[in-house]
Amino acid sequence: MCSTVADKVYTIVDRFRDTPGSLIPILHAIQEEYGYLSRDVQAMVASELGISPAKVHGVVSFYSFFTEQAKGEHEIGVCMGTACYVRGAADVLEAFQNQLHIRAGETTSDQRFTIGMTRCIGACGLAPVVTINDDVYGRLAPDRVPELIEKYRRQ
Amino acid sequence: MENMVNIVIDGEELSVPSGTTVLETAKKLGKKIPQLCFLKDINEIGACRMCVVEVEGRRNLPASCVLPAEEGMVVRTNSPRVLNARRMNLELILSLHPQECLSCVRSQNCELQSMSQQFRVEQTPRIDTDRLPLDVSGPIQRDPNKCILCRRCVAVCEEVQSTSVLGALERGIDTHIGPAWSEALDNASCTYCGQCIQVCPVGALSERDDTARVWELLHGEDHVVVQVAPAIRTALGEEFNLPPGTNVEGRMVAALRQLGFDKVFDTNFTADLTVMEEGHELLAKVADKNLPLITSCSPGWVRFVEEYYPQLTRHLSSCKSPQQMFGALAKTYYAELAGLTAQQVKTVSIMPCTAKKYEADRPEMQASGQRDVDVVLTTRELAALLRQAGIDLARLEDEEFDAPMGASSGASVLFGRSGGVAQAAARTLSMAYPERVKVGADGSVMVDGKPLRVTVVSSLGEARRILEAVEAGTCDADFIEIMACPGGCINGGGQPTVFDQDERNERLHARRNVIETLDGEAAIAGSHENPAVQQLYAAFLGHPLSEKSHQLLHTHYREELEQPDSPESKAILSRSTAD
Amino acid sequence: MYRAHVLVCAGAGCVSSRSRDVRDELVKILGERDISEEVRVIETGCIGTCDLGPVMIVYPEGVFYQKLGLGDVAQIVDEHLIRGRVVERLLYRAPLTEIVTEKMRDLEFFRRQYRIALRNTGVIDPESIEEYIARDGYMALGTVLDGMTPDQVIQEITASGLRGRGGGGFPTGRKWDFAAQAPVGQKYVVCNADEGDPGAFMDRSIIEGDPHSIIEAMAIAGYAIGADQGYVYVRAEYPLAVERFQLALQQAREYGFLGSAILGTDFHFDLDVRVGAGAFVCGEETALLNSIEGNRGEPRPRPPFPAVAGLWGRPTIINNVETYANVPPIIQHGAKWFSKIGTEASRGTKVFAMAGNINNTGLVEVPMGTTLRELIYDIGGGIPGNKRFKAAQTGGPSGGCLTEDHLDTPMDYDTLLELGSMMGSGGLIVMDEDTCMVDIARFFLDFTRDESCGKCNPCRIGTTRMLSILERLVSGEGQQGDIEELEDLAVFIQETSLCGLGQSAPNPVLSTLKNFRSEYEAHIRERRCPAGHCRALISYTIVAETCIGCGICARHCPSNAIVGERRNPYSIVTELCTKCGVCLQECPVQAIQKR
Repeated sequence: MCSTVADKVYTIVDRFRDTPGSLIPILHAIQEEYGYLSRDVQAMVASELGISPAKVHGVVSFYSFFTEQAKGEHEIGVCMGTACYVRGAADVLEAFQNQLHIRAGETTSDQRFTIGMTRCIGACGLAPVVTINDDVYGRLAPDRVPELIEKYRRQ
Repeated sequence: MENMVNIVIDGEELSVPSGTTVLETAKKLGKKIPQLCFLKDINEIGACRMCVVEVEGRRNLPASCVLPAEEGMVVRTNSPRVLNARRMNLELILSLHPQECLSCVRSQNCELQSMSQQFRVEQTPRIDTDRLPLDVSGPIQRDPNKCILCRRCVAVCEEVQSTSVLGALERGIDTHIGPAWSEALDNASCTYCGQCIQVCPVGALSERDDTARVWELLHGEDHVVVQVAPAIRTALGEEFNLPPGTNVEGRMVAALRQLGFDKVFDTNFTADLTVMEEGHELLAKVADKNLPLITSCSPGWVRFVEEYYPQLTRHLSSCKSPQQMFGALAKTYYAELAGLTAQQVKTVSIMPCTAKKYEADRPEMQASGQRDVDVVLTTRELAALLRQAGIDLARLEDEEFDAPMGASSGASVLFGRSGGVAQAAARTLSMAYPERVKVGADGSVMVDGKPLRVTVVSSLGEARRILEAVEAGTCDADFIEIMACPGGCINGGGQPTVFDQDERNERLHARRNVIETLDGEAAIAGSHENPAVQQLYAAFLGHPLSEKSHQLLHTHYREELEQPDSPESKAILSRSTAD
Repeated sequence: MYRAHVLVCAGAGCVSSRSRDVRDELVKILGERDISEEVRVIETGCIGTCDLGPVMIVYPEGVFYQKLGLGDVAQIVDEHLIRGRVVERLLYRAPLTEIVTEKMRDLEFFRRQYRIALRNTGVIDPESIEEYIARDGYMALGTVLDGMTPDQVIQEITASGLRGRGGGGFPTGRKWDFAAQAPVGQKYVVCNADEGDPGAFMDRSIIEGDPHSIIEAMAIAGYAIGADQGYVYVRAEYPLAVERFQLALQQAREYGFLGSAILGTDFHFDLDVRVGAGAFVCGEETALLNSIEGNRGEPRPRPPFPAVAGLWGRPTIINNVETYANVPPIIQHGAKWFSKIGTEASRGTKVFAMAGNINNTGLVEVPMGTTLRELIYDIGGGIPGNKRFKAAQTGGPSGGCLTEDHLDTPMDYDTLLELGSMMGSGGLIVMDEDTCMVDIARFFLDFTRDESCGKCNPCRIGTTRMLSILERLVSGEGQQGDIEELEDLAVFIQETSLCGLGQSAPNPVLSTLKNFRSEYEAHIRERRCPAGHCRALISYTIVAETCIGCGICARHCPSNAIVGERRNPYSIVTELCTKCGVCLQECPVQAIQKR
């Protein structure tokens, strides 16, 4: 592992060292920085905090927000909350999957898009809702999916 | 005055101290409530839900293992509702469990199997899940498919052994137990103590089966000798329905001879030798003021210190364990006596321990020019071997160990339990050098007029506490005996598996009694009096700590940063350059 | 002095409808017209009318503009703010009656509400502590520290009859009392903002729209039980809430409402935010504690209850966001005032998040005991497309459904429990006649199975088994005995699971079985989905007599499953049809039949 990554990880760990129950805040901060939590990074956190790697990985793999794989450049999150489901979120998801030729949870081979299913993001009034990176799209009909993908492809 | 509460269980009323669980209370009434996850003080997590009971006034069925008895509580432990729930629970567990009982190492010694039979569980629909890969990397093997997620192994690994190699990973139906990233145990700082196997209710954890290799040796051309650790004779009888606490030393020797071993030797012989070598090492270190000296005969413990406190390996005694001393001598000293070459002698050892398999495989363990110990079997594997051969241990007549490596003192058998190594060393030194070493009635030791502070711990959790103190400079011990398993080898990871925790404790007590009896009945007390040991020094080694001793009986340890590829050491390296 | 105030909703819903752009446009145009000094623009938290966003309210008149585009802003400035003429085109028009409403307070949606927990959301700028203070913020904390003993605080809360708004409905005062009774020492106050119930977003709105009310309430709770540290556990899905709350914490510290010697007394209290990481089970209080401690969010056996041994083994109270939001008004106006609102056993108000097949989606706060009919029809404006109401799910994946028969039952804790549902956090998902209840049950089971922590057998394996049966049903492979097996499993899981998640996981199945058993039976016996939703059980055909041969259906069919020649009846190739239903929508003469 290159030492700059190590340095950043240590800086983050040191920042939270005095925080009780620091593991989850540390993992959040590292994932924010690198987009995912690699094995090496998890092992470093474990040894820095003096806890076992099994414990760190147990936490990382328990919470759906943490990811151990690099994600695509654009992260599509189809909200699968009840309101969205009742208003056709499954069809929207299918449209994304067909358009990008990947399944939910996967990343396109060019590393540009990842499709995920999110839990309710609390924008139920606009169901069905899709997030792409930090943008939120409400009342999204499946036929708008190609145009949306095109928009991000051009970015 | 303890606060008492009155509770009614299945119509019987009794009074118990407040805080007692319903499960414990029921036990007092002789009621056995089934459970698959509970381990008192170690794993009280209420996860398996087999021990549910009906409590008057409550809608659900709470788990009795974590339910404190309350004043006026009315409990039913075997109502139709309760029994139905337990049966359904078993059905659900079985719907995920591989139906491989016929070939499972734990068949007929499996808590899930016996419970399913008790409840007459019918065939249940299978739930299709991906098969998880087996870990057959080392002496402890894992089949996560058989795991029922009781988490006892996780709790023992964390709470008792402080190693936390195993943990719960993923979530929901995907939850499984394993080292981080489902790494092989070999790469996961596992010490191979085997305590996880002892608590596994099913066949998810087991030792590597080496019985076939032993058959191969016995059916081959080589001269095969066997050594038996002191703790085996205290427990092997349990596998043959003898009452716990039966000393089966003589019958065990007879059985091994019937199996076809050319010589049946005793690890106690090299335990005596260890006392001699380590005792003199201790005296030398006292003189050099290079203390504390820490024992090194428990390979799980040695691996622990190498993995977790590499900076402290310098405190370890350089003595090999009795098993490895035996192996080295069997292929040199004994081979010479028998007129054989090292290659012609094969050594099998019977150990109460899973880490011994790892120890025998350590690359440096070939002082004889050959692998010093060829195969290691656990107590359980030996029992399997005897059953395969149709030998009923219980019916055999006592026989004696072979000479010369079968002779031993009372001190040597003490190695089988926690505190034994320290006691054997103190006894022997005080007898051999009465002017220098004195042992008081209370067990306190004086060396050259100064007190020698002796500390004894067992379990790796305790070991960690001592090492932390050593590192912090707050430990004033001069000599520390550490064994990886709680209570020592009588409770080793390779000993017969017992379901019930209370019964397990009773058996440990009984096994310990065998050790004390054997010591009491021994013709000679101190290791230095063992005539075969005296002969060995006179004819072969010279004297304790001689050059030849060093070559054959002593070893060295992995130290910090010796493996620069591990993530930890890389992290340490990059950190030190960053600072 | 400003002559006009314009409130622009910056709740999560409106932000996703580009309300930020509308606000920026407004500020820009005000500048261009040179009236920035006269008109003040305030960004508020969620106003509640999420599907009307972006919305804007112009004071002093209180005119409510909705569904604004960037092009509408100039007209509002030029017409309303400069010439004083209301822009009628942008007002709210009721979907059924076409009645136009001008003032916010006259909207049916707001007229029937009684806002206590939401008193400030949508009204004040959540990023300004001054606005909170201006609306009597931190007065209750002052009252408490100025002259009430901790005991008196607990008595007041107990007397108010406030019950936990997060689901269980446990009396808040009693919970505080347990923790207060615990021996003096380190204690904790925790706010559960892990709003995991899909379809509920009131906690999000309160934290985003009125964060100081939570800080104030938690400080009061800390004083009452003798705690000096609190934690707010917010879902990772709510980044805006985290941001606003952190800002509010900083302001509260600067103003001396947090930290040491609060308001000059010897009371110390501080708060920290902990961000969840995506696990529904962390809404369960013991799992939440494990998560704050940095562990897997697995529930612990109770007893011991958190009030005795909670966070790091210390006495801890855990309340939900909405519960805390009620605390300052109770202290300010008294328990008597509060206990007069609502019903006998359920005092006060409840916030509902209405979503699904309903015209006015959004957040509403009404007195406990308001009927489902009032909520759905009077406030919610009924079902879109004139469809029939079929069911409403309350309590999310832990709750159950209410049907037409229950439209007039009062919504309170105990009535809902009696009906096999539960209040939960107040999510209210409305479903119309096109919704298949078997599939809804499958949807919820899929959710709970996914979110099961995996610690106890009944929940981990039981929900998996139930889901596989439900999946079989919706794909047309149901078997005799499936319903009975579902029922057996459901009762077993309810009775034996370790925590509330498992114990309530089968509720959606039991409740749909109770109310819509015939739909289950139709799936099994007739291989038919009565709602026409389950794809495996429906087929599309073209009625030759009706078809005019226009070919529109064939052009729209994404899988080229429709064949035929123009001016002749077309037909559907069943093997190719993916049952997407596009043809049905596109056919100009309703010649397509779904069966």
